[in-house]
Amino acid sequence: MALFEGLSSRLQQITAKMRGKTRVTEQDIKDMMREIRLALLEADVNYQVIKQLIAVISEKCSGTEVLESLTPGQQVVKVVHDSMVDILNIGEQKLAVSPSGFTVLMLYGLQGSGKTTTAAKLARFLKNKGKKVMLTSVDTHRPAAMLQLDVLAKSIDVPCYIETANKDAVEIARHAVDRARYLLCDTLIVDTAGRMTIDQALMTELKQVAAVVKPTQKLLIVDAMIGQEAVNIAETFDREIGLDGYIMTKLDGDARGGAALSIAYNTRKPIKFITIGEKTDALEAYDPERMANRILGMGDVVSLIEKATANYDEKVAQKTLDRLKKNQFTLSDMLSQFEQVSKMGSVKDLLGMIPGVSSAKLKDAKVDDSIIHKNMAIIRSMTPKERDNPQLLNASRRKRIAQGSGTSVQAVNQLINQYQQTLKMMKQFGGFKGKKGRGFPGMGRGGFPF
Amino acid sequence: MGLLDKFKQGLSKTRDFLSNGIKQLGLAMGYFDENMIDELEVLLLQADAGSAATDHIMSNLRQDLKQTRDSSQTHVRDVLQQQMLEILGPRRTLLLRPDQLNIVLLIGVNGSGKTTTAGKLCLRYQSEGLRVLLAAADTFRAAAIEQLDIWATRTGTDIIRQQSGADPAAVVFDAVKAAQSRGTQVLIIDTAGRLHNKQNLMDELAKIRRIIAKEAAEANCQTILVADATSGQNAVIQAETFNKAAQIDGIALTKLDGNSKGGVALAIAQATRLPIFLAGLGEQAEDLVDFDPQAFVSSLFPEQL
Repeated sequence: MALFEGLSSRLQQITAKMRGKTRVTEQDIKDMMREIRLALLEADVNYQVIKQLIAVISEKCSGTEVLESLTPGQQVVKVVHDSMVDILNIGEQKLAVSPSGFTVLMLYGLQGSGKTTTAAKLARFLKNKGKKVMLTSVDTHRPAAMLQLDVLAKSIDVPCYIETANKDAVEIARHAVDRARYLLCDTLIVDTAGRMTIDQALMTELKQVAAVVKPTQKLLIVDAMIGQEAVNIAETFDREIGLDGYIMTKLDGDARGGAALSIAYNTRKPIKFITIGEKTDALEAYDPERMANRILGMGDVVSLIEKATANYDEKVAQKTLDRLKKNQFTLSDMLSQFEQVSKMGSVKDLLGMIPGVSSAKLKDAKVDDSIIHKNMAIIRSMTPKERDNPQLLNASRRKRIAQGSGTSVQAVNQLINQYQQTLKMMKQFGGFKGKKGRGFPGMGRGGFPF
Repeated sequence: MGLLDKFKQGLSKTRDFLSNGIKQLGLAMGYFDENMIDELEVLLLQADAGSAATDHIMSNLRQDLKQTRDSSQTHVRDVLQQQMLEILGPRRTLLLRPDQLNIVLLIGVNGSGKTTTAGKLCLRYQSEGLRVLLAAADTFRAAAIEQLDIWATRTGTDIIRQQSGADPAAVVFDAVKAAQSRGTQVLIIDTAGRLHNKQNLMDELAKIRRIIAKEAAEANCQTILVADATSGQNAVIQAETFNKAAQIDGIALTKLDGNSKGGVALAIAQATRLPIFLAGLGEQAEDLVDFDPQAFVSSLFPEQL
């Protein structure tokens, strides 16, 4: 990872050496391209794709305006980034709807790529758009696969047709279509069995199912963590079945998702959606710009904000804000803020998402998450009465709290000091008269109390 | 079928890939020149071996060629195999102690094959005549409990389960207690898939580990990271992060047949030095075998170049 992060800064190092030279040598360009190649390899971009991309990039970079600019390293990164966006931004990224009024979406993929979960996410997404959706599964192979879809369907209140005892996928598909038409559904989502692409028997089965359901859109589910083989898998499916696009899953992980670039380049088919979480609402439109940033490891501010929102309890935050306004901020509120922050993951992780902060730099920075946990323990060792009336905290109470939380009296004092400073700061800001919904309370200038 | 044959069958695609690659390099000539060595590097990278392991292998190969001045194809192949073996380390298997409680804790990211591995392991130990107990600690994914339950019925194994959404740590607690009172020899715990960058889920895993350490201090607990062989370089970060949160004893590399080229085994081993215990070489239960570095490495290359 560290190898990858500072692409821009390492390119800067190379270009720094070029300063003052009258001309850039071939070796300089070669060094830079090597860095880019390594970076893309670490992101699991297919090697053949990298090779061709590098050829394009090095040609663009040879232009004088790139190398003679004040920040050639960043300029080169920009060229790389833009070239990637060009590739990633292909085709129609919206789902097609059948003119007949009965749209069938068929999902394909390897085992464990996330087909079943994605089927449910897609159903929920379309349902919220006003479609009348039905789900069905023709996965007769994996134990409880149909049941999994059924459970998910119930949780989002979408009808689901399964036949757990039937081993004939084609027959199930036929019944599912009848059922969907009977229920007057306008969209049918078909979840299939995951297998290796080289499994000819499965491919035949998938084709037979497709012949029955006549899919409007054939979508391949691709795991963001997949390696060099992504291209072959996508090409095989595309050749055998004729894909309309992709859905990339598990982008809430920290995989770079280089496969997105490889498959877009090689098959010229668009990514339609991405999924970013385990719950059924974690489906999102695909954004080539953000995907390029991600593959390049340039920090993803949007993800940072999303991560903050995902874990930030709106109600609790609003309550805290109300109390802030009334100058009633107590230690219980402070505790709930600590809890919210610790839910977002380690401070280091969050910092890592900020562009320009590379993990290499973070390694040296000592960000101590345990302080938050210690402070939480201290507040939790107080009685409710003490939390609401901190002035009660005399020496003997502080001693008891220190013992109860396994910390020292000094730590308790420090926390109380922090609390008092926060209070003072808030008074200076005039009791937070800010409008509702203007950022997260406490995240702005009020500052988290630590 | 012997272990070597199984590996050969499972890795046939990788072998074809490498041998085609090598043939394309014009190896009919019988020796390597500098350009071919570079291309060899590309082959390794394309097999997901990652840049660190590839650099290591290639720099040692180049050094060796400088010293020995032997660039015949058999020599190059032998050096490559030797380098790979060094990275993979000696063969190490998932060690059970039949006279005491063994706990096999399966962890990993979503979709890596934990439940299937649990089922296959269960079948394997069952057929070895061991008293096995399954624990469905994946209470999050829809129908994960049912999926394991089907394996339990298939193999005639008892299963400890609670309802969906229950606290996985509580399931583990129950399972450990049940295993102790029933005189179970192998307790296999299936956990929910979790992405390694989700702190709260990793904490949950640490909690499960604590419960096992506290309630079954006498047991031989083996924590196995189930990793998908089709995954790319992210698998390395996965292994590192999971190891930090739950001290992995070894890795089960699944889906090593078919679509994967398996080079990620080298990438993981190079970065973490963790042993690979198990390899999934096919969909059948008996295709989950003990990982053998020697067999793996020799399966990667054709015998006749």
